[in-house]
Amino acid sequence: MPQAQPEPGRERVLRPLHTGRPALRRRVWDACFVGASGLSAFVVMVPLALVVWHLLAKGLPELNLDFFLHLPKPVGETGGGMANAIVGTLILVGIATLIAVPVGVGAGVWLAEFGRGRLAAAVRYTADVMSGIPSIVVGVAVYGLVVVPMGRFSALAGGVALALLMLPTIIRSTEEVVRLVPRSYREAALALGAPRWRTTQDVVIPAASAGIVTSCLLALARASGETAPLLFTALGNRFWSLRVDQPMASMPVFIYDYARAPYDDWNRQAWTGALVLMLLVTLLSALVRLTTRRAPRP
Amino acid sequence: MSGALTVPALPAGAPRRRPGARWADEAYRRGLGALALLVFVVVALIVYEIARGAGPSIRAFGWHFLVGTEWDPVADRYGALPYVFGTAVSSGLAMLLALPLGLGTAIYLAELAPHRVDQAVSFVVELLASIPSIVYGIWGLFVLAPLLRTLVEPWLIQHFGFLPLFQGFPFGIGMLNAGIVLAIMVVPTIASLSREILLATPPSLREAALALGATRAEAIAVAVDAARPGILGAVILALGRAVGETMAVTMVIGNSNRISASLLAPGSTMASVIANEFTEATGALYLSALVEIALVLFALTLVMNAFARLLVLWATGGRSDAAGAA
Repeated sequence: MPQAQPEPGRERVLRPLHTGRPALRRRVWDACFVGASGLSAFVVMVPLALVVWHLLAKGLPELNLDFFLHLPKPVGETGGGMANAIVGTLILVGIATLIAVPVGVGAGVWLAEFGRGRLAAAVRYTADVMSGIPSIVVGVAVYGLVVVPMGRFSALAGGVALALLMLPTIIRSTEEVVRLVPRSYREAALALGAPRWRTTQDVVIPAASAGIVTSCLLALARASGETAPLLFTALGNRFWSLRVDQPMASMPVFIYDYARAPYDDWNRQAWTGALVLMLLVTLLSALVRLTTRRAPRP
Repeated sequence: MSGALTVPALPAGAPRRRPGARWADEAYRRGLGALALLVFVVVALIVYEIARGAGPSIRAFGWHFLVGTEWDPVADRYGALPYVFGTAVSSGLAMLLALPLGLGTAIYLAELAPHRVDQAVSFVVELLASIPSIVYGIWGLFVLAPLLRTLVEPWLIQHFGFLPLFQGFPFGIGMLNAGIVLAIMVVPTIASLSREILLATPPSLREAALALGATRAEAIAVAVDAARPGILGAVILALGRAVGETMAVTMVIGNSNRISASLLAPGSTMASVIANEFTEATGALYLSALVEIALVLFALTLVMNAFARLLVLWATGGRSDAAGAA
């Protein structure tokens, strides 16, 4: 490539190139900038350490087998556990999964395999915007759509509310993992004479199944920590109940009630509940992320 | 699009596909498409239900609902200004704290950190995002509030008490506590999204700046400048989360419906008043007023999200895998 030669007369006007280091002022600013950004990365991690530390310090002493096996004791009696809330959370999340996974995975596969054009873009965009709806608003909507027609608070309504929160996450991450399946898989199946639907159903989806399970688990983990949408759908229950048409206890609502109660014993149990919930939710998502980290990103 | 496939026409004499295959393909495609269209149905149902529930309150108070300060279930008169104010102040404070930290973290991770450090810190940031909000709430209530009450707030009152912002009594719970807890909760959104956006800017920007003799900070400034629209999107997304966040705020904000200039005073947000009063609302109009607050909250977050998603999508060139996850 020919170099542009400076005109002979202008050469002297140009200042000489800096051959050494930048000026002190720029170096100081550079050091401050780099230091400040490194420092902020450190500061951001401090709250996590503090939260985990306090959860362990305050929650661990109360953690025993009773906590998992017993029902809440009446006001005034110490002890008891949150067996009903643990089972309740599992049931609520189970209902939500039953609703959200078929719809979400189906929609995600459609977006990845057939999603071209304006309609697909609109679905994608709506799912993204839907994930930003505050969970309390979803709770209010489900109250009107399910609780009022049924005439009472119920586990079913809670499950529906959680499903609405899981749906956008499942759709978008399913689409992403299905897109990661190499094009050659589809071509090979089609070349063998398989119709398009069998290619998707029997080749593409099985190839992406690990990723699909991962994305569902992530959505599930997040939903099991949600409190706001359950406050006026599943409500809460101090007694043992497995009926899905009745109010049901859940761990987040249990923690909320116990943390606000004016009894020390209840507050201690709230910490223990928070520890258990955190172990459930955060360990689950940490494990999922660690196992999928090795997979290539799109 | 890796999924987009066109099947070329078969040469003459090639085996024909079974006649049912085309029909089955079409049915399969439409079945999945119907599931995707359910997204529209769900959002429409939510909008319809909240708008319908808010109807009586909208008819009774009109626009006055948004500027009225009276919240009186006994006289059945409702104005939401204290809650709108509380949401604005707590979220604004949270963004003030979270923006520099989140952006600094993103810059460090995307531009400066060694690969292993980037991986490790990004993982911690993702963990922070996955902690349930009730856990932040209990931490804010039992750990942060006593700390503020005994140390931070008395110090603020003593040294900055001449400002209306820091007058009053150190309660521990209140706007300041809510702002700090919210900041902790939205930092991961800002950090991880901004990191993705910075990574999506062309490396040649930095290389060109460095080749011209720029320092690292100056080269990064060029990249940040190019990433500005996307970062703005990330910030608006984070703001949307702060505005809609319910449980942690409800536990630490003190739940008073007075408007106060002081950050130390208790207050309420739109989300927290719904959480607190919805199951106790006895009158039809009372319930409707709460649903109208939900409607305002919904509209607010919808507008912010719609705008922010467009910015993020545009900035990452449609590759916004972080947008769904964060």
